[in-house]
Amino acid sequence: MPKVSLFIPCFVDQLNPQVGMDVVRVLRRIGYEVDFPEAQTCCGQPAFNTGYWDEARPLAERFVRVFGSAEVVVSPSGSCTTMVKSFYPELLAGTPLHDDAVKLGERVYEFTQFLVKVAKVTDVGASFPHKVTVHDSCHGLRELHIKQEPRELLKNVRGLELVDLPYGEECCGFGGAFSVKYAMISAAMGDTKAGNIEKSGAEYVTAADPSCLMHIEGILRRKKSNARTIHVASILAQTAAAGEKASAAGRGPR
Amino acid sequence: MSTAGQEFLRKAAEKSSDLVHRGIVRWNIDQYDTGVGKGKTRFADWSAARQRCHDIKWEGVNHLDKYLLQFEQKVKENGGHVFWAETGEEARQYICDVAARHGVKKVVKSKSMVSEEIHLAQAMEKMGIEVVETDLGEFIVQLRNEPPYHIVTPAMHLNRQQVSKLFHEKLGAAETLDPPELVAIARRWLRKDFFSAEMGISGANFIIADAGMLTITTNEGNGRLSTSVPRIHVALTGIEKVIPRLQDLATLWPTLATTGTGQPITCYNTLMGGARRAGEVDGPEEFHVVLVDNGRSELLADLEQREVLHCIRCGACINACPVFRNIGGHAYGVTYPGPIGSVLEPRLLGFKEYQHLSFASSLCGACTDVCPVHIELHHHLLHNRRNAIHEGTHSASERLGIKLFRWMMMSARRFRFFGWLGRMALRVIHGMGLEGTVLDPMRPWTKDRAAPAMPRESFRDLWRKQNGVR
Repeated sequence: MPKVSLFIPCFVDQLNPQVGMDVVRVLRRIGYEVDFPEAQTCCGQPAFNTGYWDEARPLAERFVRVFGSAEVVVSPSGSCTTMVKSFYPELLAGTPLHDDAVKLGERVYEFTQFLVKVAKVTDVGASFPHKVTVHDSCHGLRELHIKQEPRELLKNVRGLELVDLPYGEECCGFGGAFSVKYAMISAAMGDTKAGNIEKSGAEYVTAADPSCLMHIEGILRRKKSNARTIHVASILAQTAAAGEKASAAGRGPR
Repeated sequence: MSTAGQEFLRKAAEKSSDLVHRGIVRWNIDQYDTGVGKGKTRFADWSAARQRCHDIKWEGVNHLDKYLLQFEQKVKENGGHVFWAETGEEARQYICDVAARHGVKKVVKSKSMVSEEIHLAQAMEKMGIEVVETDLGEFIVQLRNEPPYHIVTPAMHLNRQQVSKLFHEKLGAAETLDPPELVAIARRWLRKDFFSAEMGISGANFIIADAGMLTITTNEGNGRLSTSVPRIHVALTGIEKVIPRLQDLATLWPTLATTGTGQPITCYNTLMGGARRAGEVDGPEEFHVVLVDNGRSELLADLEQREVLHCIRCGACINACPVFRNIGGHAYGVTYPGPIGSVLEPRLLGFKEYQHLSFASSLCGACTDVCPVHIELHHHLLHNRRNAIHEGTHSASERLGIKLFRWMMMSARRFRFFGWLGRMALRVIHGMGLEGTVLDPMRPWTKDRAAPAMPRESFRDLWRKQNGVR
């Protein structure tokens, strides 16, 4: 059985654990053995993006060591995947772990990209009878070029109606520390995004990045909108068999 | 936070909640996007054109020493004067001296962002010289006593109702919502200035080394009048505008027009290389070029950020920027708004006062995506942030916070424990209905948005339950 190692970003671990569990379910359903290296913490992106590269570097080195022996690493966040794939080489330039980081980066995949490009699966047998629209998360879209992957997967979900999101490629305004340091700008961007989600007529907006969704969800709820957010893994994890979700399904043989 | 930083926060807060402003800017940028979308299809290979523009600018910037001297020599041979200004102050002084020598009373200006950068108009007005902006957008913002809102479309923040009202109040024109009539009002008003001004000032879109000429690109013909009718023409430009060959314009002109406004080619493209020669019917008696450094050499010396000098000032990154779309051009409080400005201005004006511009971005990368010369704008924002931190521009408490964050994250056990502690504390606080109040530690987040529900168990807890602790 092919094996993948999970990279669960720190905030997903703490705030969206279900997204991680849904990734596990989907990966096991399509026949992967899933491993979770428990030594992992944070990839260092919060420090890196705020300019504290000297503080981010030891976290990056730690990450490279923790995942050093992993064959393939899969993460439900385009942003944290970008940190490892695109920014580790620059952050670790001139350090002994640079080459390892580059090699590791080649083995790290965002979840939907992994399914479509590596596992070559576009139908994971999911069912989600709702109207859904896709927000293209910036790091995924512009650094990893993820555009079609979530859509291909969603098109094969039973009962799911995919609708266009106006200005779908425009940033939602999260941006890490930006969301609290420049909260008024972040919220205005989120407000624009929320308005477009409402215009799309979708019940759910999905994305390959839980951080964008946390921000969008917060804005939608504050606006008392009926639209809700859901991570793409959580859609793909749902199947037609009623009650499967509650039955601790996806528990694979170990 | 610096004074400029506080002012930025204040203006950004004011504009981000201004829905009328948001609507006007969105409408204008939608028009722009449609035009650019169409414009790109006119190229057989858009990405090849971008690459070619990048290569041309790379060559110019990386051989500034050679090409600028070549340009200077040619201009001098053609009877022009070239002045090298290391600072804005030197450039200002030179131009004011030329004006004083000729007893200039009135100056007509074609659009020049470098003149804004060095605050030229203010300096000349102090000498008692009348300075008239002749670009329509610049003319409008000058009437409003505002700096340009955008480097290409200075009056993007206004709709025609506002312009009509302004012309009525300031020029005594009859109110009209017909755009051609609004243009005609400005045209009639400016006509007399073109013919009474002793000096014309322009910028330059490109300086062409092999031809010894510079070129300006305008849509209203005002640039041509400003530079050929008055007795003296002063062209003011940054040193990074130099390109090697005249033929490079074959790619640069249509690309600049496309990313600037969506046009196939801008209406008026003028090449100038010297004063009027014997037998010629028009052109200035004196021709001056002021080459401005004003911090650019420092960027040139920084290999990591040298490519920022490739910028052709098309404004594409500004239009694409979701931060700009919400806070508008004036909130930045600097000459160059938007992503290019957020990279450039803290470098030129100092991190201490202006680093906030590099931090006020979600790093979405839309700017980098549209840049016609492939400047990795959002990566340069990251570089600026790192450089600002290295300069020690941040508070001790923030530094301590990051150190604690690192300490926590260097151990999975600490991460698990403090994560649990934080979630439980927030469960209690939010459970008491204190979400979003001053007692909420998450207030910077919850002031504007609902808090995520704090789960009882983290992923690693759930994983252990499901798979057993190993």
